[in-house]
Amino acid sequence: MRPFTFTQAPDIATAVQEVSSDGAKFIAGGTNLLDLMKIDVMRPSHLVDITQIALDTIEETEQGGLRLGALAKNADTAYHPLVEARYPLLSHAILAGATAQLRNMATDGGNLLQRTRCYYFYDTHTPCNKREPGSGCSAINGYNRDLAILGTSEHCIATHPSDMAVALAALEATVHVTGKNGDRAIPFADFHRLPGDTPHLDTNLQPDEIITAIELPAKGFAQHYTYLKLRDRASYAFALVSVAAALDLDGDSIKEARIALGGVAHKPWRVPEAEALLQGQPATRENFRKVAEAYLQGAKGYKDNTFKIELANRAIVRALEQATKMEAIA
Amino acid sequence: MKENYTGKPANRVDGRAKVTGEAKYAAEFNVPNLLHGVVVNSAIAKGTIKSIDTSAALQLAGVVQVFTHENRPGYTWLDSHYMDEDAPPGSPFRPFYNNQILFSMQPVALVVAESFELARYAALLVKVEYEAQPHETDLESNLPRAYTPKKYKSPPPTDPRGDADTAFAQATFKVEEAYAHPAHHHNPMEMHASIAIWHEDGKMTIYDKIQGVQNSQKYISTAFGIPQEDVQVLSPFVGGAFGSGLRPQYQLFLAVLAARELKRAVKVGLTRQQMFSFGHRPATVQRLALGASAEGELEAVKHDAIAETSRFEDYNEDVVIWPGVLYDCENVKVSHQLVDLDVFTPLDMRAPGGVTGTFALEVAIDEMAYQLGIDPLEFRLKNYTNTDQNKGKPYSSKELKECYRQGAERFGWSKRKMEPRSMKEGHQLIGWGMANGAWEAKQQEAAAKAVFSPDGKLTVSCATADIGTGTYTVMSQIAAETMGLPLEEVTFKLGDSTLPKSPLEGGSWTVSSVGSAVKLVCEKLQEQLLEQARKMENSPFKDANPEDVSFAEGRMFLTQAPAQSISILEAVQQNEGQPLVAEASQKPDKNQKNYSSYSHSATFVEVMVDEDLGTVKVTRMVSAIAAGRIINPKTGRSQILGGSVWGIGAALQEHTVMDHRLGRFMNHDLDKYHVPVSADIHETDVIFVEEKDEIVNPIGAKGLGEIGIVSIAPAIVNAVFHATGKRIRELPITLDKLL
Ligand SMILES: Cc1cc2nc3c(=O)[nH]c(=O)nc-3n(C[C@H](O)[C@H](O)[C@H](O)COP(=O)(O)OP(=O)(O)OC[C@H]3O[C@@H](n4cnc5c(N)ncnc54)[C@H](O)[C@@H]3O)c2cc1C
Ligand code: SF4
Repeated sequence: MRPFTFTQAPDIATAVQEVSSDGAKFIAGGTNLLDLMKIDVMRPSHLVDITQIALDTIEETEQGGLRLGALAKNADTAYHPLVEARYPLLSHAILAGATAQLRNMATDGGNLLQRTRCYYFYDTHTPCNKREPGSGCSAINGYNRDLAILGTSEHCIATHPSDMAVALAALEATVHVTGKNGDRAIPFADFHRLPGDTPHLDTNLQPDEIITAIELPAKGFAQHYTYLKLRDRASYAFALVSVAAALDLDGDSIKEARIALGGVAHKPWRVPEAEALLQGQPATRENFRKVAEAYLQGAKGYKDNTFKIELANRAIVRALEQATKMEAIA
Repeated sequence: MKENYTGKPANRVDGRAKVTGEAKYAAEFNVPNLLHGVVVNSAIAKGTIKSIDTSAALQLAGVVQVFTHENRPGYTWLDSHYMDEDAPPGSPFRPFYNNQILFSMQPVALVVAESFELARYAALLVKVEYEAQPHETDLESNLPRAYTPKKYKSPPPTDPRGDADTAFAQATFKVEEAYAHPAHHHNPMEMHASIAIWHEDGKMTIYDKIQGVQNSQKYISTAFGIPQEDVQVLSPFVGGAFGSGLRPQYQLFLAVLAARELKRAVKVGLTRQQMFSFGHRPATVQRLALGASAEGELEAVKHDAIAETSRFEDYNEDVVIWPGVLYDCENVKVSHQLVDLDVFTPLDMRAPGGVTGTFALEVAIDEMAYQLGIDPLEFRLKNYTNTDQNKGKPYSSKELKECYRQGAERFGWSKRKMEPRSMKEGHQLIGWGMANGAWEAKQQEAAAKAVFSPDGKLTVSCATADIGTGTYTVMSQIAAETMGLPLEEVTFKLGDSTLPKSPLEGGSWTVSSVGSAVKLVCEKLQEQLLEQARKMENSPFKDANPEDVSFAEGRMFLTQAPAQSISILEAVQQNEGQPLVAEASQKPDKNQKNYSSYSHSATFVEVMVDEDLGTVKVTRMVSAIAAGRIINPKTGRSQILGGSVWGIGAALQEHTVMDHRLGRFMNHDLDKYHVPVSADIHETDVIFVEEKDEIVNPIGAKGLGEIGIVSIAPAIVNAVFHATGKRIRELPITLDKLL
């Protein structure tokens, strides 16, 4: 670990001011950033602690939605009565991630900005375009069982590891940020990026911008939802494939369907045109299969992760079935 | 032996110290004026170091020195001086020997600084330039290079019995398959660490994470040319090791090197990532060929293993002995070959060879049972053996049939339908599988010392280790019982190289070896107590011989006339205020040579496999164990539970991933190297089957460290087959293999 200086920002303005200096980074729960600093993957020379800023409240919005302060803890968010009642999908997704101890430390803002778990990203003795632009991608022809099948580029096939973000994508949340140039509201679909030829950029957040809140719209799909996470052990593992499914049903007929996939791309994967196939259709396995096919159009397997295409396909079907019947989640 | 303390569940005598943090592990000792060493590891798997630039690191105030092959002191470099007790044949790895890189993550520099943080930072500034050479790390693609080692570490494969080739060719039913076991890393909770303290007179005190302090002591003594008595190695607590501490690891050598050069105390601890930079359970491929008659008699077994080793040592383990241990068959042929690769030498890991070999054999046996259409348990009973076929000797005891019976009954095996995919609940396919296993019960020579002080406190000691297994507790129990004293009056000391001689803590032989020495030394003390008692006025023991006297509940008495008794305390106080001291060394009895001794296990498991998604959950597990006397059913059960949990990991999760282009293990942390978590563990049942054995050793206990793991993974593989109809022959069974 390299030496760094450390300050605590009392308010948003100071935080934005301080983070604008070279090599500065925010630190919130520290559960991702510190790990990466210890192994020399991230090398900030200055840390701006934002945990003293009052951004940890969860409150209702005038539009009937919910505003999650960026510094609300993952645990507090998942167990918040309004989240549990109105956005149980989000609650389930958060609780499917990490461990109780980590969720007690992790913040909602930090969660969106956690970095990939690609093996090579974690080992500074290997080439990695995300860690060191231009050095090459070790994973494409290396060990890539955990990595992406959708939206990849020749420069990077990493996935975004967050569970929470997958639910937020399905729920069409908005990310509120503040920077030197003022406030912005970023629709969730535009928050994370595809790797393209800039894999070192995970999101469209600017270096001087702080996330202040995540806003959930009024519609929470609290009646029919599921978060299905498939992984190599029952807990404390990142998703190989996850599905956030939310349905608005009128009897057997689907009024609206939302599907977001995790573990398959550089960002939570949504295909609105495929979701639309379900609109006005009966909630049958057959229809779910069609959507699953459509969702995985263009999926590309690499050496070790080809199985994810079939797995994601089956997971979508299962998740939609679970959401329809609201039976116990396997 | 009287059933007094042994045979009953006792809490760990060190439990409180452990949960309060009072128990200190190697890295935790506060030493004044301590320096901190951080290791720099190589980026390549093979080649040479062209240059090492340490200037930037050395410029930092507080960095004391950076050691490399270029500035290391000139010590002895003879192979024999680096051979520790567990070294395989070959030329042991010598840190900083020269500029050659023999494996990825090889230590190439040690940065020593006044603080850990500084050393860690400075380590990033050391610039190493390499000249890489092509490396080979892939066992599969190098199989054609397999060779028979000149010398085996464990006993060489036995000679063929009968004519396995012909018998196999002529057999009515045949199974012939290949089984692949991946590399595993030990990953104990506590990472390896050493503190070397240099004293003015040149003597050294060392705290080391190790499974045998005297092994480290001898290694340091010969490697650095220090008289053995000038090196004291301490290791009072070990946070798990599983074999990783059988050999002194490089951090010990480096800490001592730095301490001697700098004439200071130096600590070197490894990171979790660096725990992947030395020994591992070797990747192994096996071919099993079984032939059976229509009646279900095994007529031929061929078992061939090819395992990886390093370029510098020929490591091997007992992979192919299991057919001869477990099944009655006249025609058996086995082989064990090696492929040398550019990796660190493999290292014994919990049930070395047993885990690997039993997996392949027990899955093949299940496959044969299915060919024959015979219940897998029935098939095993048909081919049961009461003699060890490898050695041609009877077992000193073998209650495996009773394990089958009790395990099957507890599990409900009789309700099993043979047909795969015959049980289902919702989307979950349910499968039941079983396997059995064995582990050799060995006794090694060990010594112990007992000091009985006039205040009635008994202290017994031996230089053995407690790697979390409960040695402190079990030895205290044996001493308390033999002496007829309350457990609270007994203290057991270990983990100090100045204590009486101990074998390495491994091979499941600590209770049998050290326990027998503890029993013997207590018996010697009893003779002394009798002598003291005879001196007393009106002593009832005046004409008594040792055989006539019993010790129980704090008193000694004539066995034939228990009313004739005195308190043990009175006897010890006869010695004019001086403690009574006894020393003893116990060797295995010669009669053991006429027998073979193994502990046995039968495991029954239930799995649920999602029919669409391939996820596997082990919902129920029963292991019945026959391991002689169970000294402490509580710590014993923990051993079996730990083995069971690990078996789940071996079956479903664990594997170290090598990127063969880089020649580097890539999942080098506990996020990426998976072991089971609580949510993976459901009903786990342990049965200890009664087994009397007066031959195996004076204690009658066979040891429990390894038997708990061997039959778990194959039972799970077999249960997955029963659930899905898919036979997976390559571990681990991750969900992609079941889609
Ligand atoms: C062993 C382990 C297992 C895990 N398993 C899972 C899992 O299964 N699923 C899952 O989803 N997650 C998992 N996580 C990740 C965990 O959820 C994240 O580490 C956590 O959410 C990050 O939040 P934090 O507040 O600690 O972020 P920090 O580590 O403090 O920060 C992360 C990044 O976000 C930036 N940042 C933080 N807050 C803001 C803000 N308000 N504005 C702008 N930038 C900000 C920081 O500068 C930093 O770059 C796991 C983590 C660990 C260590
Ligand atoms: S996939 Fe992305 S993160 Fe992984 S090695 Fe390639 S560039 Fe780096």
